[in-house]
Amino acid sequence: MARIRLEELRKTFGPVVAVDDLTLSIEDGEFFALLGPSGCGKTTTLRLVAGLERPTHGRIFIGEREVTDLPPQARDVAMVFQDYALYPHMTVMENIGYPLRVRRYPRAEIERRVREVAEVLQIADLLDRRPGQLSGGQQQRAAVARALVYQPQAFLFDEPLSNLDAKLRLEARSFLKHLQKSLGITTIYVTHDQAEAMALADRIGVMDRGRLLQVGTPLEIYRRPRNTFVATFIGSPPMNLIRCRFHSAEAVLALEDGQAIALGERGEALRRAFRDGEPLWLGVRPEHLSLAEGPGPTHLSARVYAVEPLGVETLVTVQINNERIALRLSMDEPPVLREQVWVRVPMERALFFRENGELAL
Amino acid sequence: MVQRRPILSPAVGMLFLLPALGFVLVFLVFPSLWVLQISLTNQTLTGEAALRPQFVGLANFQALFDFENWMIRGYFGNALRNAVFFVIGSALIGQAGLGLAIAWAFHRRRGLLREALYTLVILAWIIPDVVVAFMWVAYLDRDQGTLNAILSTLRLGRVDWLIDHPLLSIIIFNTWRGTAFSMLLFSSALATLPPSYLEAAAVAGASAWQAFRDIILPSIRSHIITDLVLITLWTFNTFTPYLITGGGPTFRSEVVSIYTFRIAFQHFEFGRGAAVAVVMMVINLILALIYLSTLRREAVAR
Repeated sequence: MARIRLEELRKTFGPVVAVDDLTLSIEDGEFFALLGPSGCGKTTTLRLVAGLERPTHGRIFIGEREVTDLPPQARDVAMVFQDYALYPHMTVMENIGYPLRVRRYPRAEIERRVREVAEVLQIADLLDRRPGQLSGGQQQRAAVARALVYQPQAFLFDEPLSNLDAKLRLEARSFLKHLQKSLGITTIYVTHDQAEAMALADRIGVMDRGRLLQVGTPLEIYRRPRNTFVATFIGSPPMNLIRCRFHSAEAVLALEDGQAIALGERGEALRRAFRDGEPLWLGVRPEHLSLAEGPGPTHLSARVYAVEPLGVETLVTVQINNERIALRLSMDEPPVLREQVWVRVPMERALFFRENGELAL
Repeated sequence: MVQRRPILSPAVGMLFLLPALGFVLVFLVFPSLWVLQISLTNQTLTGEAALRPQFVGLANFQALFDFENWMIRGYFGNALRNAVFFVIGSALIGQAGLGLAIAWAFHRRRGLLREALYTLVILAWIIPDVVVAFMWVAYLDRDQGTLNAILSTLRLGRVDWLIDHPLLSIIIFNTWRGTAFSMLLFSSALATLPPSYLEAAAVAGASAWQAFRDIILPSIRSHIITDLVLITLWTFNTFTPYLITGGGPTFRSEVVSIYTFRIAFQHFEFGRGAAVAVVMMVINLILALIYLSTLRREAVAR
């Protein structure tokens, strides 16, 4: 169990910068998720920590030990791969015990420890089978067991749930979270699924194009995304971004089609942050929007584009000018298609991003 | 379970098989039986026995396995022993071992060195027999040979390879000649393994050797067995060493294929030659059966 520190980590493949100047500290026992779209460098970062890639620049610490130049064998971490990498020619018992076998543990000790972790992971009755005879969920547990068996300093997960079907994934997710919390092993978890990262992690690091954009608890990142990329990457559906222009004198935001929203109490703050006439993005989460009966200072006129009932709530997409905006409504009588509606924008919950995407307010 | 139904009815299927079966019959089964028949006679090319070959029963085979002078040079035992050394040295250790080593060393590597090495190894495989044989004679020659020129420049002295080490010479030659096949087979087998296999082993603490022994070898076992079947049979039957040493000097590099050729086509004793050929067929058959049953057990185990 250990802290993991990455200092100014950089990895290039030829002209491609996979990880760009990444500095990060993961606390002892923390469940840390690296989140980002494919190709953002999250897996490369994980592989750098595992020692499967050598950094072009920067340093890596696990515990108090610098491991930058150590091979994977000497780092004392465990990794669970996306395809689990279970060996088809070995039984589950041999697979799980393999890390102990290469450490030359006595056979009886290996068997005892394998049975122990297999109990914890509820696969004790599968030990004589081969990986090919296991279901996806069982394979995933076997792979986790192999990581667990030698009590490593840290767990590294590379999208371990992406090969499971939706139902199993939810199950495995709560199982992993429970397991990590009860063991308290520092964990780095790579995923492109924002819901997975939100559900599992103590803290999330959002990456894009090799850069770490924001680090924070799931709620911090959800509530105050640092820029429009993070805002639209987190949440399902993601945050709505409405293109506006700030009119200082009237303290309103003008949409491209001429509609205006009164800023009310937030006008003062915006005056300090934005110039008159400056374009900006108004960001509102779908669950904060609601429908209004008629016009109002913060109401926008829109046309219903799609209605998707999901049971607990109804997802309504409306169209203003050419922009589509999502609303999560819990109402019994949702609007009908193509109907004209009024959308209430709660200014007290709105975020304001600069034109370049940075969060201003 | 999906029940797979054959596309063709058995009768129509048989019809499609007929041409191939015809060729097998005419060019394989019939000559084999003919050789079997000749091996039971004293037929020769010239003389009385050429016109009126006599049935001699198993006399030819008894002569082959005459244990009194069995291991004397020029006799069958000597040729068989040479062939065993030749197969173990050049096929199992040489081609399979070296092929696996090269394939493993360049696994998931790209670059000029790999390309150059692969090209050279494959080149050695595809050049016609007579050309490579001449190249090797020229390379190993005592006075004008390239190898000796190099050795003497390094002041290591000249070695008369073809006279002093004829069996070693053809073993090295055949290794050089045939490594490409094993190398290509093993590199394509290695390419099918997910990279995560080795990465997982490395993170779990396995050294390169442990990972090779525990993960790689078992994963490509069936490829290794297939490779060994083929190259053992090919090497046992190859005749190219004749072009380099002629089996000599004094039969020291005479392997079974060369022995057969000498008896049948230099001494023109067809009966005895046929008997050796029959023994070779039996040896081939036994080797193939051993390997195939291993392969089948492998398939069942999976």
